Amino acid sequence: MEEPNLKYIKELSEGDIIFENKLISVLKKELPIEYEEFLKNFKEQNFIKTADNVHKLKHKISILGLAKGYEEASIFENDLRERKEIKGYESFVKNIEILIDFLSAPLNKIL
Amino acid sequence: MNCIIVDDDSAARLIVAKLCSKASQLNVLDEFSNAIEAIKYLNENDIDVIFLDIHMPTFSGFDFIKTLKNPPKIILTTSDKNFALEAFEYPSVVDYLVKPIEQARFEKAVNKLSSFSVQQEKSSSSEGDAITELYVNVDRRLVKINFSDINIVEAKGDYIRIKTDDKSHIVHSTLKKIEDKLPDDMFLKVHRSYVINLSKIIDIEDNSVLIKQDIIPVSRSNRSELMKRLNLL
Repeated sequence: MEEPNLKYIKELSEGDIIFENKLISVLKKELPIEYEEFLKNFKEQNFIKTADNVHKLKHKISILGLAKGYEEASIFENDLRERKEIKGYESFVKNIEILIDFLSAPLNKIL
Repeated sequence: MNCIIVDDDSAARLIVAKLCSKASQLNVLDEFSNAIEAIKYLNENDIDVIFLDIHMPTFSGFDFIKTLKNPPKIILTTSDKNFALEAFEYPSVVDYLVKPIEQARFEKAVNKLSSFSVQQEKSSSSEGDAITELYVNVDRRLVKINFSDINIVEAKGDYIRIKTDDKSHIVHSTLKKIEDKLPDDMFLKVHRSYVINLSKIIDIEDNSVLIKQDIIPVSRSNRSELMKRLNLL
């Protein structure tokens, strides 16, 4: 299983702590809200809205370094849009919960 | 180069703004989470570059580009690799960046901006010719109106009324702004409060024209231009 990491954020920030704080704060705040919305839309079988939620969440997956998780989320998003047989739900949910757990630590512990 | 960032995702806006801050030639003037606010801003400000997300709710980046009469240079940003071919069908699109955007790839895109301007100037006239419609902001929706459907535009204080055969739209704008967006060969300002579609005229009296059931005043100073534009027998 992939582990979240800050490689991308650190490369981008080049030591700019204010930027790192801002970006992590945005992720801490928005990811759980977007995840709730995803669960609600999936439960209601609103697949287009669910695909839109996955689209937004997969960017956050990539920012936090889950490369394989990002590829899986892209396939999941396409399957939802094309109403294909959906196989990616469980691993997507698992990845998002790993990220929420990772982000639940205080900012100074994450960075 | 003055630029704006349009993306519904605040993390994405932060990242693009950070990347822009490292490029000395870029100056980020503002950021927008939706296309409608950005269009309003572009109507009143000169911008050289837009960093534009393709996938936004209700109004996509491609819809956004279609609303711009003279679009500035655009760098598309997206989490979806599948739109690359469509992206380059738009002459104002300089580059297409897939998220998460790496710094080296961003720098390449910025380098393309300066060489791109020459190509854009060469093709600008043909771009302008292709536009046949206008998007207006009505109750937070962008409504498309074909130029050929417009009968008259009337100034109403801080608003304008755009009348077609079957609809009337009240829009927060000025007559001058819409006049600049409408094709000169089709429309004429006949009075300080009225722009008319010349092809919709039913008849003309001394100081007025009839368009559908509306009698539109023609001011003395605009009358000669109106007469010049008519195919008189």
